[in-house]
Amino acid sequence: MLGRTLREVSAALKQGQITPTELCQKCLSLIKKTKFLNAYITVSEEVALKQAEESEKRYKKGRSLGDLDGIPIAVKDNFSTSGIETTCASNMLKGYVPPYNATVVQKLLDQGALLMGKTNLDEFAMGSGSTDGIFGPVKNPWSFSEQYRKKRKQKSHGEKEDSDWLITGGSSGGSAAAVSAFTCFTALGSDTGGSTRNPAAHCGVVGLKPSYGLVSRHGLIPLVNSMDVPGILTRCVDDAAIVLGILAGHDPKDSTTVQDPVKPFVLPSLTDVSKLCVGIPKEYLAPELSSEVRSLWSKAANLFESEGAKVIEVSLPHTSFSIVCYHVLCTSEVASNMARFDGLEYGHRCDVGVSTEAMYAATRREGFNDVLL
Amino acid sequence: MAAPVLRWLCPGRCWAFARIGGCSCHGRGVPTASTSSGKRGQSSVARQSLITAQEPRKGDREWAAVVGLEIHAQISSNSKLFSGSQVHFAAPPNSLVSFFDASLPGTLPVLNRRCVEAAVMTGLALDCRINKKSLFDRKHYFYADLPAGYQITQQRLPIAVDGSLAYSVCVGKKLGQAVTRTVRVRQIQLEQDSGKSLHDDLRSQTLVDLNRAGVGLLEVVLEPDMSCGEEAAAAVRELQLILQALGTSRAIMAEGQLRVDANISVHHPGEPLGVRTEVKNLNSARFLARAIDYEIQRQISELENGGEILNETRSFDYKLGCTVPMRDKEGKQDYRFMPEPNLPPLLLYDSASLPAGADPQQVINIDRIREQLPELPSVTREKLVRRYGMLPEHSFALLNEVGLLEFFQNVMKETRAEPKKVASWVLNTFLGFLKQQNLAVSESPVTPSALAELLNLVERKAISSSAAKQVFEELWRSEGKTPAQIVAEKQLELMQDDEALEQLCRATMEAHPQVVMDLKKGNPRAINKLIGLVRKATLGRADPTAIKEVLERQLSG
Repeated sequence: MLGRTLREVSAALKQGQITPTELCQKCLSLIKKTKFLNAYITVSEEVALKQAEESEKRYKKGRSLGDLDGIPIAVKDNFSTSGIETTCASNMLKGYVPPYNATVVQKLLDQGALLMGKTNLDEFAMGSGSTDGIFGPVKNPWSFSEQYRKKRKQKSHGEKEDSDWLITGGSSGGSAAAVSAFTCFTALGSDTGGSTRNPAAHCGVVGLKPSYGLVSRHGLIPLVNSMDVPGILTRCVDDAAIVLGILAGHDPKDSTTVQDPVKPFVLPSLTDVSKLCVGIPKEYLAPELSSEVRSLWSKAANLFESEGAKVIEVSLPHTSFSIVCYHVLCTSEVASNMARFDGLEYGHRCDVGVSTEAMYAATRREGFNDVLL
Repeated sequence: MAAPVLRWLCPGRCWAFARIGGCSCHGRGVPTASTSSGKRGQSSVARQSLITAQEPRKGDREWAAVVGLEIHAQISSNSKLFSGSQVHFAAPPNSLVSFFDASLPGTLPVLNRRCVEAAVMTGLALDCRINKKSLFDRKHYFYADLPAGYQITQQRLPIAVDGSLAYSVCVGKKLGQAVTRTVRVRQIQLEQDSGKSLHDDLRSQTLVDLNRAGVGLLEVVLEPDMSCGEEAAAAVRELQLILQALGTSRAIMAEGQLRVDANISVHHPGEPLGVRTEVKNLNSARFLARAIDYEIQRQISELENGGEILNETRSFDYKLGCTVPMRDKEGKQDYRFMPEPNLPPLLLYDSASLPAGADPQQVINIDRIREQLPELPSVTREKLVRRYGMLPEHSFALLNEVGLLEFFQNVMKETRAEPKKVASWVLNTFLGFLKQQNLAVSESPVTPSALAELLNLVERKAISSSAAKQVFEELWRSEGKTPAQIVAEKQLELMQDDEALEQLCRATMEAHPQVVMDLKKGNPRAINKLIGLVRKATLGRADPTAIKEVLERQLSG
């Protein structure tokens, strides 16, 4: 059941083949079994079971809220969740319980989704490995796959097994791992410079970064306000489309969301690609690209071509400036966004009481990790 | 409005009297900053030199002072600039704080429409160019009352620029010699107010109240076109009246709704401008001029004693009456200005550029706002002068007190007395009583109708004007009585019987032949004595003017 798509599970719930509570229990026990992945920071068992109970009532009355009613989901720990600790994997926010839900979280809960827990990440989403949080690194579920184990056994004898694991990529590594390990059907990540797509690729799941302005950032603890977006992780593309359809749209609480109404959409099934034109940016063929990645890229391009699609070279001439612009924007906006963490209104506060400046300095030194400092 | 008091009791120093050539509010030369712009509009006043109390020292030259102002006015709105929490004065601490105001992570600013309208209205009233596109920026610094570690303001491209503010100052010693000056408005910008810190030195702690954090402010930047404390105070006063007339800010300094920072420097006329200091947080109308004048004097004395002026920030110590350096603001701050990424550019429209089918709730039309602007104080004054033939300084005085103009106009509705008389009664007698008992116009025990009735009695010559003053006093003291009642009670009616008056005059003259002889000899005071005697005989009920007339007629005839 856990391996099905959203539509399939939703249908199963409607038909009574499985109840939300049973589904919830399955996911919770799998979470416990896969604790070694360190994908979850907080497991909201009580909350999830309560939500499952309500969902069940709705299904019994035949009044389900939609495709996500009764579906277990996970949320990256940099989204505000009312009443549930939100840490951003940092000492600075350890113990911080927000009093409100992020808009995207609220939208999912309004659809009846079951919140399994908050997933692990790089501290404040700064990183691309999900290794720099205070709760430790997230391990890629594929580290424990048969293929990988066999390969490792051949190569190195007597090496400790628990130090032999692969990273999930980041910074939404926990969400990617949670989805990849079947502990939930979809998870929210965030994407600034690839933080949803990167771990999705590493963990073999679908990672969608919506266009900036399509999905509300209200409640997403920001890294770079001009580039952050909530990201969607699922096990198949159709699921991602369903979740996007629920999340997209103007939010009056986020002035950077597009005002035009979002029309509901259904992804067409792509059987005929002859009318498709696929562009391969030539600037992306960087000399540093590994041969493994390059061959996979060619493989995908050839796949489309062999099926009749047009595959051509295109140019994105500003590519070389992108990383420089990213760095400038990133460093300045991050420094700005982190200025609010002073220990006064919420979050960690040190014991130093000599002066305000001393308190700020000590609080921030204790609260942030080296990457942030 | 004395010349700046130049001996301040400041610890350790006694500032010497120094020559200032530049302060035009005392009828002396025009300040001569080396930059001049067509908009300064200063009237030319004959140059006179300041009379010094002590001999000028050797090599003493004239000084000119240059004063610029940054005025922060709290916008009168229901909610804050970027969040929905309410705006109230003196609410319980931290009771009006939304998640955004407390800088909870993940919260985002949402612009308040009313605040934008207030900024546009104020910009139009000050003749500014309204920027159809303006931008928001972050200004960073760490302070306990700034939860986010930055303030959202408009540094690069504010909402309104290039305006002017006209104000009036008295020149010369005579009241009524007022000139109009203008000061250029560099810009008006929207920005957030900070919270309030209360320093509790006893317990080594600082208490922070965030009720004020995030309240919308209009920052009005006035170019350094002013030259002394009085000009600055007059400009601030006029701005206050404009904001109140527009309704964009209640601008009450005592409630912190209007705060002024002054940039002050001195130099010798013809030479480049001197180093400036900033005197922050002048929150009292009373002390505004004093603080600025003090700082001007301090700088002059410092320079004349061979010292130099530091580009520093100072505050005004009300108790000591002097400016002192501010501890926290030593050294130049790097505010690391950055565009605010959570707010798209603010776009305003006029009737020509309004997109078709635009939702009126979502757009602001500058032309519509211009059409609906309330009447500005300068226009109101002009109308008073034209309609009633009033002296300009009376029109100023009427607008200077809340509710006074309305009171005057209500009295005018019910009396046929001359406007000048009414104005005189309202501004002298009525206002005098109010001030004596520290009352507002709204708390007056005398209604406009009562005063109108009283003035009508004088007009009809039913009572004399001195009797009227007595009646007014009684009106003030005892509520409910009408002027007619009081007149009757106190028997203050003017004598109407001409015959009786004639007889009384003749009788008095006969009774005092000595005085009559003095009068015939040419003693001018004798007539007053006679008038006094007659008045006494009439128990004060005869009009002295009438008595004089009768006596003179009888004496000559």
